[in-house]
Amino acid sequence: MTRHLRKMPLTALFGFAVIFTYACVAIFAPLIAPYPETAIVGPEYMPWSDEFLLGTDSLGRDMLSRLIYAARNTLGIAIATTLIAFILGCSAALFAATMQGWVDQVISRIVDVMMSIPTLITSLLLLTIFGTSVLNLILIIALLYSTVVFRIARAVAMGIVVMDYVEAARIRGEGMFWIMFREVLPNAATPLVAEFGLRFTFVFLTVSALSFLGLGVQPPLADWGAMVRENASLITFGDLTPLLPAGAIALLTLAVNFIVDWMLHVASGLKE
Amino acid sequence: MHAVLKMVVQRVALGVLTLLVVSALVFISVEFLPGDVAEQILGQSATPETLAALRDQLGLNTPPVERYFDWLGGILQGDFGQSVISQRPITELLAQRLGNTLSLALLATLISVPLAVGLGILAALKRNTWVDRTINIGTLTAISFPEYFVAYGLILVFSVKLGWFPSISIVSGTVTFAERIHLTLLPSLTLTMIVTAHMMRMTRASIINLLALPYVEMARLKGASQRRVVVVHALPNAIAPIVNVIALNIAYMIAGVVIVEVVFVYPGLGQLLVDSVAKRDVTVVQAACLIFASAFIIFNLVADVISIVSNPRLLHRK
Repeated sequence: MTRHLRKMPLTALFGFAVIFTYACVAIFAPLIAPYPETAIVGPEYMPWSDEFLLGTDSLGRDMLSRLIYAARNTLGIAIATTLIAFILGCSAALFAATMQGWVDQVISRIVDVMMSIPTLITSLLLLTIFGTSVLNLILIIALLYSTVVFRIARAVAMGIVVMDYVEAARIRGEGMFWIMFREVLPNAATPLVAEFGLRFTFVFLTVSALSFLGLGVQPPLADWGAMVRENASLITFGDLTPLLPAGAIALLTLAVNFIVDWMLHVASGLKE
Repeated sequence: MHAVLKMVVQRVALGVLTLLVVSALVFISVEFLPGDVAEQILGQSATPETLAALRDQLGLNTPPVERYFDWLGGILQGDFGQSVISQRPITELLAQRLGNTLSLALLATLISVPLAVGLGILAALKRNTWVDRTINIGTLTAISFPEYFVAYGLILVFSVKLGWFPSISIVSGTVTFAERIHLTLLPSLTLTMIVTAHMMRMTRASIINLLALPYVEMARLKGASQRRVVVVHALPNAIAPIVNVIALNIAYMIAGVVIVEVVFVYPGLGQLLVDSVAKRDVTVVQAACLIFASAFIIFNLVADVISIVSNPRLLHRK
């Protein structure tokens, strides 16, 4: 492992540095931010100045402070969503792989149908029906992404349930939950960790896209996607400010992708 | 040939079945609304009498199964029902917007496919050189960028700083073909940026996989040049996977179209969908979702059929 770490390419190193910075900003947001998250501290659309480093937004709230607090909200929602998606998807996959037969068939066909519609379209339909709130957003996106996790986890678990030690556990008379979580899961964990990073970027982009469309995180909470929308009109005056929250999203996704790319490269045995 | 035909027919039948199931799901989802469509239209203050009258008028008193077949039958004849909010027929709302969205997607496809296949072949030819690494980092970057970041970036450069293109693309019925291209180019370029990276990576990967096969080594041993090996020997066998990726990405463009249309205020289907979700205009959301989902399923179906037809080896697997 240390051999791989020492040979880590610059891109992956850059990725880790970016993620570390984002984590610090999110955790210490109240200490770093010069103003509170939702307080109106000046006139609307102030240009960059010493008082407001990145100016103010469409309501006169400090742009920099909102960018910093948004790291908390946006990342928190994306991480929670990805976690729920993984718990749902992996449990269903382990269940399907352990039970096999009709249980596996039924779950797999349901997943096939759910995956036959683009995620953004399904989430728009579901948000219309259940209404837009942060909780609905997290649950809907988690449910939709759990289908992808299910497919991958099922493929991995299917290779493990045929192993002798699983057969031995079955003969020993262990229950289904024991086999799912004590025999199959520990051996499926490694490939699933790499997958987590990749899924996180997709979830993160979808949540931000919905917030950008005004259907995700609702004001006055700060969110990068929503901030782009709120301040978009500044672009036509040649002001860079609306690109900053969008850039924050782009930079983090890029960082995670660089790391995943490197991990896949290492996992493939460093073959060229 | 019979075997190929059988596979194609099976795949098409499966596609039609998926379409039916998805249409049923889109229909059923509205049944989960708190209250029903009549309550949505009339709002909180409606009296029980008016509610009952509207339910009767909309046919909400018939069983759901019957209403589903009425709805589906109507759609097959081009009648999507009526908007809950504006009371206008949905077909009228959809007609021009569908054309706008299709022309946007078509222009983006015409730019991105040759670009992606060309870059993919180039990266495969120059594998492990700086050209390949630059293209790799470039495509990873493009994949990571959210659509609206690319869109606003392009607006800032090409419409605000350079003034070449308008920053909003309002296409009305009276524009000429040249004007339409001029208005649609910036949104198309945004879509191109989003899908090209993925297509290009898959093109490179499928060519590189083929380069490891014995028949390619044979061609090398004959003394064929690298260019000839890639273009004449590897490329024909890579067509099936590449076509597959192209169809998948056109399907993937569907999600991108929604956001790009919102950024450029482009009067397409995606913008209609987002507006209707915000207004909770259930019937319009239903119709738009069904169209997007059908397009997605049909593109996947076409991709599968092409890869079956263009690759006889698929028949002899197992």
